[in-house]
Amino acid sequence: MHELSIVMGIIKIAEDYARVANALVIDEIELDIGTMSGIDMQSMEFAWTQATKGTKLSATIKKVNSIMAKAKCIDCETEFEIKNYYDACPVCGQHLIAIIQGKELKVKSLLVS
Amino acid sequence: MCATCGCGSDGKTTYQLIDKNENLEQTHGHHHPHEHSHKHEHGDKHDHPHTEKKIIVVEQDILHQNNLLAQRNRGFFDAKNILALNLVSSPGSGKTSLLESTLNDLKGELEFVVIEGDQQTNNDADRIAATGIKVTQINTGKGCHLDAHMVLHAIQSLKPKDNSVLFIENVGNLVCPAMFDLGEKERIVIISVTEGDDKPLKYPDMFYTSTLCIINKIDLLPYVPFDIEKVKANAKKVNHKLEIIELSCTTGQGLDIWYKWLKSKVLLPDLVY
Repeated sequence: MHELSIVMGIIKIAEDYARVANALVIDEIELDIGTMSGIDMQSMEFAWTQATKGTKLSATIKKVNSIMAKAKCIDCETEFEIKNYYDACPVCGQHLIAIIQGKELKVKSLLVS
Repeated sequence: MCATCGCGSDGKTTYQLIDKNENLEQTHGHHHPHEHSHKHEHGDKHDHPHTEKKIIVVEQDILHQNNLLAQRNRGFFDAKNILALNLVSSPGSGKTSLLESTLNDLKGELEFVVIEGDQQTNNDADRIAATGIKVTQINTGKGCHLDAHMVLHAIQSLKPKDNSVLFIENVGNLVCPAMFDLGEKERIVIISVTEGDDKPLKYPDMFYTSTLCIINKIDLLPYVPFDIEKVKANAKKVNHKLEIIELSCTTGQGLDIWYKWLKSKVLLPDLVY
């Protein structure tokens, strides 16, 4: 349930930025979450509901950009989408891959008023 | 109150140094709100609704705070030439047993300190203290992983010596600790043969982020349906750079290979002539 720690991190970042901007309300928050960032979205939703209570994010609309993971084969340099760490290169069948996208975990922007 | 970061003492995480000569118990809160009490208001009485909406570009990594603290820890370790190793695994794979064997066998050759992470009890720290090695027990309360901030506080009481080896035994959990950099030099994932040989595929994040995989309890191989070649192939599928060492803490088989690996990572400081 590390998603709770992640949500706490999001709340801290959002409240810090809102405070600096003198914002009273955080209307929307935009997050980038890669499909291989290690976040389970169901756990994240549960943690979100509980952890945002009593914070500036309790009524905030959450927009999540799910970023599909991609890898590059170190052998033949093919780039391809992956769902699992153990996916093989679709061209040469090797597991010598480097993940180039899909580990994102960040607060992208806030809409405040 | 913590002098380093100002965190309060009302949190749930506790730190206890287990040492014959000194016994400090500290409790640290976990949140650094750094709040200030003044309000951002102006005295003008004119009415104007604050309804205009604006977009704030943030672009900040959610783990930024932890990663910053981890890099601080890493800088401290580098400056003192301390080899910090983060031991991760499911509960019961033999992390503490591996440490007991290692500390007993090598304490004459290398300088060690240990951080033990568990939700509750000092049981593991007591086992380490019995080997004569200085240890701090972190009890995370309900927390499922150690983070860089907890390690920072544990180091403050441990005061590791220059050129020492710091073992950080993480909370037994093959999922959550994967995401939290503690500032370690190497991450070591331990799996035992009484677990499934598909574990690297089921919990890939931990195997992906580790540099060494230790397969423990190999003395039990004749009694369990565990295919050691299959687990190695599965681990390599997830992380082709992963090194693998097979051993048994009970019989001592393979410990020499682990000790050789460990000593190869201990860097001697550049000598000053």
